[in-house]
Amino acid sequence: MNDNLQLNSEGKLKHFLSIEGLPKELLTEILDVAESFVGMSDQQIKKVPLLRGKTIVNLFFENSTRTRTTFELAAKRLSADVLSMSIATSSTSKGESLLDTIRNLEAMFVDMFVVRHAISGAAHFIAQQTAPHISVINAGDGQHAHPTQAMLDMFTIRQIKKDFSNLRVAIIGDILHSRVARSQIQALNTLGVPEVRVIAPKTLLPAHVESLGVSVSHDLNAGLKDVDVVIMLRLQKERMTSALLPSESEYFKCFGLTEEKLKIAKPDAIVMHPGPINRGVEIESKVADGPQSVILKQVSNGIAIRMAIMAMAMQKQGIM
Amino acid sequence: MLVIADLLNQLEAELKKTIIERNLVNPLMIGIRTGGVWVAEQMYQRLHIAEPLGLLDISFYRDDFSQIGVNPNVRPSQLPARVDGRDIILIDDVFYTGRTIRAALNEIFDYGRPNQVVLGVLIERDGRQIPLSPDCVGISIILNVGQRIKLTGPDPLAIEIQTLTVAA
Repeated sequence: MNDNLQLNSEGKLKHFLSIEGLPKELLTEILDVAESFVGMSDQQIKKVPLLRGKTIVNLFFENSTRTRTTFELAAKRLSADVLSMSIATSSTSKGESLLDTIRNLEAMFVDMFVVRHAISGAAHFIAQQTAPHISVINAGDGQHAHPTQAMLDMFTIRQIKKDFSNLRVAIIGDILHSRVARSQIQALNTLGVPEVRVIAPKTLLPAHVESLGVSVSHDLNAGLKDVDVVIMLRLQKERMTSALLPSESEYFKCFGLTEEKLKIAKPDAIVMHPGPINRGVEIESKVADGPQSVILKQVSNGIAIRMAIMAMAMQKQGIM
Repeated sequence: MLVIADLLNQLEAELKKTIIERNLVNPLMIGIRTGGVWVAEQMYQRLHIAEPLGLLDISFYRDDFSQIGVNPNVRPSQLPARVDGRDIILIDDVFYTGRTIRAALNEIFDYGRPNQVVLGVLIERDGRQIPLSPDCVGISIILNVGQRIKLTGPDPLAIEIQTLTVAA
């Protein structure tokens, strides 16, 4: 028996809630399967029949454009029937509880929930409560995890750098509020990246951040030295409840990525950002649109990686 | 006893005949992973096909996904050119139930609409489950219960009939 909610008794993926607790082999398998879905864009009919007849509900309790649309496209390319619910327009606004919403959707013979929620642990909660045949994918929960984003970032890094075992990766910006950063750090460590640095002002770092397996710097110039991969994070103004920064312009001056500062990293370093970008706040337009930026490649890869995760989570449990 | 050289010669001869009979023009050859690619590599050289060999991985088109899930060893299919209007020679190692070929045809048709498709296999064995059959074969055989064909390769390409011990 496996006590990890995410895996079935044979160690296969059942829910995808967090990178934490998933073995390196499984993460690598996800990347390998996604590789084959990338090639599908050559097909005239960009669809495979894997999830024909399955019903997937995107439950978005929090706004999202990129994540929701790529999940939707991924489901459609797997031939699933997909329904996207924005909760502002649903019964929740009439007072229905989360559990009642889930029970009602279950009664409509749903096979998978893709959940985004502002509260950490929401996807876990649904995975615990839902009927046993249903799989749950976390599309971002509070400040906890955004594992599909982390996997598409790992996929993009592997596509360009080929190998994780000799990389230096810097994650820069609002680590405190970032579920993306938490999932990225776990994935980078699991996949064997030898050095993960976080670079941020003290006010935007969680306490004891070193315990996540990173080195810490408060100086962008020093932190960027010899880095292969630069991951910029969005300044999450909507989650800031207190004055953590003097001003945006001062933040940009100290921690914004400019062409000049990027020169400190390795000449073939790539620049990533999970989007949406605040141009001129955490990243200069010239860098975001520049030759080292792989930001749009990340978006394209998001479809393939989500296809892989959805297909793997939907394999019939207990037979393999 | 199956002699691989004889089977390859026979398949080559049948393919040559079919290319003339069916008037295949500048055919595109596609091998189905893994064994079909090994056989296709041989036929590709013997028939002097001009374009690169196409490789088809049917993992995403199998009809038993709900039973066995995603093949973790899946690799991207590589079809060299547009398949619209093309004459295609599809190659597999063993024709058994026909389900692999159904999956392969479905995948090819997602890339475009070929003019014609000819199916060549090294060995046709009994056990067909759907109404498809190969056009060109190296040999047709009937196996006893518990027997199966095992192809190893690519170099050397070898074939053996294995008898499985029946579980109690």
